[in-house]
Order: sequence, then C-alpha cells, then structure tokens
Amino acid sequence: MNNRSQIRMLPDGRRLHMHDGPIDMIVEAFGVVSEVEVAYRAAAARFAGILDELCGELAFLRRPASEDGDLPAGPIARRMLAAVRPYASRTFITPMAAVAGAVAEEILETMIAAAKLSRAYVNDGGDVALHLAPGEKFVVGMVERPDRASLFGTTTIEFCDPIRGIATSGWRGRSFSLGIADAVTVLADTAAMADTAATVVANAVDLPGHPRVGRVRACDLAPDSDLGERLVTQSVGELTPGEIRDALAAGIRLAESICGLGLIRAAALNLQGQRRVIGAQGRAQLVDIPVPDGSPVHA
Amino acid sequence: MADDAIRCDACPVLCYIKPGRAGACDRYANADGQLVRLDPHVVLERAVSRGDTLVPFLEKAREWDGALLSGEETFVTAIGAGTTYPDYKPAPFIISSEIAGVDMVTVVTEGIFSYCGVKLKIDTDRHLGAECSIVRAQGEAVGHVTTNEYGSQMLSLGGVRHLTGGSRHEGTATCDTLLSLCNRHAVELKIDDGATVIVQADKAPIVDGVQEERMRVGCGSATIGMFAKQWFGKVDEVVVVDDHITGVLSEHQAGKLLGVPESGIVLKGRRSTPGRYFRVAEPGTSWGGTNIDDPLSILGPFDREVARPGLRLLMVSTTGEHHAYFELDESLHPVEKELPAALRESVERIRENCEPALCTVLFMGGAGGSLRAGVTENPVKLTHSVRDALTRVTCGGAPVYVWPGGGITIMADVSRMPENAFGYVPTPALVAPIEFTLKLADYATLGGYMDHVRPLSSITSINRDEESRRRLAARPDNPWPLASEKRK
Repeated sequence: MNNRSQIRMLPDGRRLHMHDGPIDMIVEAFGVVSEVEVAYRAAAARFAGILDELCGELAFLRRPASEDGDLPAGPIARRMLAAVRPYASRTFITPMAAVAGAVAEEILETMIAAAKLSRAYVNDGGDVALHLAPGEKFVVGMVERPDRASLFGTTTIEFCDPIRGIATSGWRGRSFSLGIADAVTVLADTAAMADTAATVVANAVDLPGHPRVGRVRACDLAPDSDLGERLVTQSVGELTPGEIRDALAAGIRLAESICGLGLIRAAALNLQGQRRVIGAQGRAQLVDIPVPDGSPVHA
Repeated sequence: MADDAIRCDACPVLCYIKPGRAGACDRYANADGQLVRLDPHVVLERAVSRGDTLVPFLEKAREWDGALLSGEETFVTAIGAGTTYPDYKPAPFIISSEIAGVDMVTVVTEGIFSYCGVKLKIDTDRHLGAECSIVRAQGEAVGHVTTNEYGSQMLSLGGVRHLTGGSRHEGTATCDTLLSLCNRHAVELKIDDGATVIVQADKAPIVDGVQEERMRVGCGSATIGMFAKQWFGKVDEVVVVDDHITGVLSEHQAGKLLGVPESGIVLKGRRSTPGRYFRVAEPGTSWGGTNIDDPLSILGPFDREVARPGLRLLMVSTTGEHHAYFELDESLHPVEKELPAALRESVERIRENCEPALCTVLFMGGAGGSLRAGVTENPVKLTHSVRDALTRVTCGGAPVYVWPGGGITIMADVSRMPENAFGYVPTPALVAPIEFTLKLADYATLGGYMDHVRPLSSITSINRDEESRRRLAARPDNPWPLASEKRK
C-alpha cells in the first residue's frame, strides 16, 4: 500500500472514490451489501499498486505501439497494448491512449472476481467499464462537452449487448487531442477498446490547417507527453455549419471503418452543436431523449 | 529540459511541468518554478462540472474504513400516512428526495398487520412462568412464555392465532395489548401458574407488585469467579444463590486457585461440576430467582469432620439484592450476624455491576402481498429488492432487522420510534408504520408507481397544512434512513 492514494466512500455512502496521482475513479457496485463491501475491498487492494505498476513501464507505454514486438510485463499494460495494436499500422498511437480504460477494466474485473454483483461500473475519469449480470442493464447519460455536466441523451446497455466499455474524448477533456471534436463518445466491448477508439475518432474529427483552430506542440505544454512534437488542439473558434459537417464527416468515416472491424459498437460525435451517430441500430435513444434523473453513469 | 519545467515527485509519473501548467493529475502545478498544489476550489469546480459529489480535498479527509456511510436531510415516516387497504392502489405517499446526487424514493404507508406481534424481553431472573405457559391480558390468552435468555425472561405475544384465530374477546384483548406495548404504554400480564407482571417498553418490570431493579451480574458460578479475590481473606465461605447455577466459593475453581480451604458446607440440589449446583430450590421471585426467603433452607447440616466453630459464611443473590451473613456456633449451626463492613463493599460491588432491569419491546411483523402491492405493481420484486439491500425498510424511521428467507418479516425496537406510532383496525389488526426507501431508478425498475412520486418539498412546504404534520428531530441513535446502510 502506498501512502499517496486516497480511497474513501463518497458522501452518498454508495460510491467508492479512489485517487492516486493522475488516476481518479468513481466505482459503484450493486448487489447484496456484504458482496458490495467485498468488491470494494478488493478494488481498493488492487488499486493501491496500480500507479507504481504502470510507472515501472512508463517509457515503454509512451512509445508508439507496433503490431508485433515486445509485450509489457504488467497486466494493465498488456491490456493497453492489446487495445491500441489494431490501430498501430494505420496511425500514430501509443498504449497510453488506453490507459484510463485499461485501469477501469482491471478494477472492474478484480471486483467481479471477488464478489457476486448484479451490476458494477468503474468510471475512470470518463472512461467507464461496466459489469452486468444476466437480466441487468445500465442507463448511461452522455455529455455533449466533457467540461459540462449537461446530458444530451441516454443509452441503455443491457446484458445481451456486447458493450462493456464507454469512453469519451475531445479537445476540451483532460488529455490532449489532435482533433477538434467537443466530445466523441464510444461504446465498445471493453473500456480499453472504447478509450482507444474515442481518442482515435476524436483526433479524426478535424479541419487540418484551419486558421481558427489553435494548436500547440504537445511537448511545449507537457515536456514528457507521449505526443511529442505533434500539434494538440488548444482552442477552436466558431466554425461554419459546412465546416462542422466536414469535420464530423472525417470522424464518421473512421468510426464506420472501425465499427466494421468490431472495434467499436457505436459512436456519437459532437462538434459545436452538431451531432453524428453511427452504429446506433436499435438504440435510437442515443439521440436526444429526455434524460431521466439520477442516471448512474456519466460517460 | 532547457526551459524552466520542474519535475513533480508527488507520484511516480514524475511529470515535467512547465510554468503555468499542471501535471497529468491536474492537482500539482508549476507556479513560477515552484511546485504547488492547486487551490481546493479548483478541484471542487471540476467535481461539480463532472456531476460528481464534492469531496474534501485539502482537508484531511477520513480514510475509508471499508464501511458504507451516511448523509442527511428530511425523511418522511409512515406514521399517520394512512393506508390504501385492500391494496392494489399506490401507497399514500411516494416521496422522492435527492440525496447526495442520487434520487431516492421513500414509499410511505401504514401497514395493516394481521401477522404481527411483539417479542418482549423482561430483564429478571425471577421465575415468571414455565416455558410455553399462556400469557393473559384482560383474562384472555394473548401469548406465551418462550425460551429464557441470559438474565431475561422472554414472552412472545400476539400473532395471527390470537388476533383472528380465537374468540372476538381474545382478538380484541390481543390487539389492545400489542397496541399499548408498541405505543410504549404499560400493560399487566398474568402468566398461567406464574407471576403477574407489569411491563412497559424501556421501564423496569414489576413482578408480583415488586419492581425489578437489576439484572443479575452473572449466574451464581460466574459471580463466584468475578468476586472470589475480593472475598478472599474476608470470609471463609460464600454461596451465591441462583435459580440457574448456585456457586460455592470453597469448591469452585476460583476458590481452589486462591487456596480457599474446605468449609464443610453441604448444598442441596444437584451438583453439576465442583462448586456449581443446579436446582437448589424451586424457581420463584425471591432470592436469585428461586422461591426461597430463608437462604439456610438450601443448606444441609455442615460436615462435622471439616467445619469448625466461628466459620464465616456469606450468602448473596446474583444481584446483591438479597444477602445474609452467618457464623457457625459451637454446635456448627449458622447464626445470622450483621454483615461486616468489608463484605458490605463486595455486596455493593455486585449490585453496581448489575445493569438496570428493563422491559424491551420488539415489534415483529410480515409485510404481506397487499401491502407490497401498495409499493409496486410487482410485489415480489420489492421482496427481492429488500433482500438484496437495494431497498431499506424502516418503521417510523427506526431501523429494522429483516429476517433472512422469504417474505419481508421484520423486527423493530418500538423505543426507537416516535411516540404513539401504532394504530389498529377493528379486524382486529395492528396498524404499523413502514417505509421502503430506495433509489428512484431502482423504484422504476421494480415496477413502482412512478406517476405517483412526488417531491419531498410538496410534503414539507410551509404553506401546506402544517398542523397535519408532526416534525420531529431524528433520534441520534437511529441511522438516517436515507443513508446507506452500515452493516457488517
């Protein structure tokens, strides 16, 4: 147990909040109280070692992934690499693109291995790993912009859906983005897959060379960023409806192609009030449905 | 790095942070070359914008101890809510209130309980009646004596057989008795071939006209063990009279260890192990829960081979309430003398160690199908939800114990409910408050009456007839009903 990490229940008494360095996650498990406690204890025990484990291989994880080559040692690092490898031949990507989702998955799997839970989620800064027992479902709220809490819609994820991961990426979020999307929310089979795909699709929503998009070299902002000298978006001025359509279309093309490969199940792309959705067959509610109160997950 | 980035060593990520920028965590920043922790309100704003509950950051927050904890606001109890029996209609009040960002619903109703009763714990060692004896009120059978507990006699009163299975008088007397006990009024009970006892929640029982003061400190044998050292050297023999196990110091293991010599005392009754005797007398309401008034009646003649004139004998009950001091005369007969000061202290000590005797009343009942139908269109889902601890059950805001197994069978301490929380219907049956609290989302899932949910503000707003509501402070010893459960 390191003495940095903070682990405590939120004042609602239901959700567990765990924080260590850049990792900040909210965990909620549902089921019999005694099982929930077992799950939370297991999550807390696993959490304590995660940051040290990742930092031990940080140099490797910040390097571009290749389709073959060395495997990292840690189980989370392996999840990260596995999630980004399908993209390695077509774009620049490092395992760090999947770090939040992979950590969420690891905590979730630790909990469901330790206890019998009807439902559980691990929300690692917006990258969410889900567990559903047969017959259970989650209603997930979605935000238009990660820096605002207002939900634009909800989607219901049921046991029979393959989806167990949700992630959102955009230039306003905590991580750097190469694109201009306000938010790209992705539903995928795992949290690490969703995390990676959200990053990649958000990068693709772009208007290269546009004068009203402010870009700065990543290394000028954070010298040790895995993005190095790549230009990351720092501001986006007002765009014309046509420009917004074009930028979203670029993102949609990529999203459809990876959806065809099974890398994602659905995606919702938001840019300055316009929204495009793909893979939403049977989930029309992904678009503009009044939000019920108290949605358990804010993706 | 050529610039003035600094390396943050707050965590193993070891970020290089440029001036004016924060590290990967957003919590440590470079302010003009100094590593600083960001002002707490920055973190707070983030939490708000994420829709998260605020968490103290720079304050030293309590570390998580693995338990699920609490919050606070207003909680509406079911007392006076009315009911909708026979119940396919929604419960009278279905109230939502947002608790720490999670919408909670409390379904408030007064349940009509045919299957209900009270478990009565009466702290006394006095014999109230044999197990299975009938307990009567107003001359009618309202319950029976059940298994004794340590230091307490237990009665089981009420239940469907007395309420509706017998004569009209029996039902009425039973309902009346339960109502009085649950509303914390005094009731006189007569046990067949036993005592008459006046019981009232949180008050001492009055057995055959004598108010019980204390619970025994332990059985006679345990009392010997506890006080042997204090008696050693001040008296030659001690008998602790107890209807359960009477203890004898010189024979008891505690006396042996101290080297207390044999006294030649002879006890009546059946010896269990050395220094421990069963049934030295019949059960009763006198010395140590026996029927004796003369302690010497449990002794045989002293053994002439061992006993000696002048031997000092203390006889005491397990509560210290009864005691007598004797010395053997030349013919080895015990002669009562005044209790020496040194022994008076030990008798006092026994009394001090006895807890006040109380009657405690637990209401016990089962929430039937029709009551559950007032909560949801699919009643078994409520049962499952209670079982899975997604739904909290309370009685007048007091915590309940939910029995394992099927159904919703609960027990609650009436002393933790507001006064006069119970009512009755002429069926006869008891009307008890019962509240089901759960997340709004979970309420919808179990088929709740969503269109009947109304906000707490509609109940608590000032301009609504204030007089029809009773506002009470929550009892500090009750967990807040809307808070998450702390259960081990």
